[in-house]
Amino acid sequence: MIRVQRDDFDTGIELDRLARDDHAIGGVASFIGLVRDMGGPAAVSALNLEHYPGMTERKLAEIEAEANRRWPLSASLIIHRYGRLEPGDRIVLVATASPHREAALAACHFLIDWLKTDAPFWKSEETPQGERWVPARAEDDEATRRWRKK
Amino acid sequence: MRLLYFAWLRARIGQAEEELAVPAEVRDVAGLLRWLQGRGGRYAEALRDLSVIRVAVNQDYVGRDHPIRDGDEVALFPPVTGG
Repeated sequence: MIRVQRDDFDTGIELDRLARDDHAIGGVASFIGLVRDMGGPAAVSALNLEHYPGMTERKLAEIEAEANRRWPLSASLIIHRYGRLEPGDRIVLVATASPHREAALAACHFLIDWLKTDAPFWKSEETPQGERWVPARAEDDEATRRWRKK
Repeated sequence: MRLLYFAWLRARIGQAEEELAVPAEVRDVAGLLRWLQGRGGRYAEALRDLSVIRVAVNQDYVGRDHPIRDGDEVALFPPVTGG
């Protein structure tokens, strides 16, 4: 399931709901992304997340379908927030459920890596010097490339 | 043709979207980018370094040789930074 929303989410409720009705599920893996304050002179007071409505949902659904092709998942969930977020706020939740942990853990890792380079979101930081657009990281591209080789 | 701009590209061009009458000889993404640069001003400034510009046509990532036609939704943006 895909959700793109401005509002926060309750991680406990979401994870419980994912596995509640299917007792063949043996484990749930999750990743929660948070707004990070790098501190120092470039202190970030808030982050603004912009996205491409329509394409975002489409790319996330494609990514989720790909995870389901690669691993035997019983359920999966991606929640991604947009709008203004402050340090410590939740940005993203990726959760996967499967009869066995290997598939759930691997699929969760795959989803967050792939999402970072494929879902059309852009972060800008509010700093004392004004708005600063976060540059893409080569490490993120490399993380996604690893999964493409498989 | 409907053009959408995101992130710093939106900020530099000064609008999020616009409807543009693109000449018929502009047939692919590379041609569109050249044509936009040729409009000068904010466009030339925002599109000075095309190596940092990504393009989606009808909400799919495409390469520079992808064809474009009237009625397409074309989005220009920098590399994504979500998650």
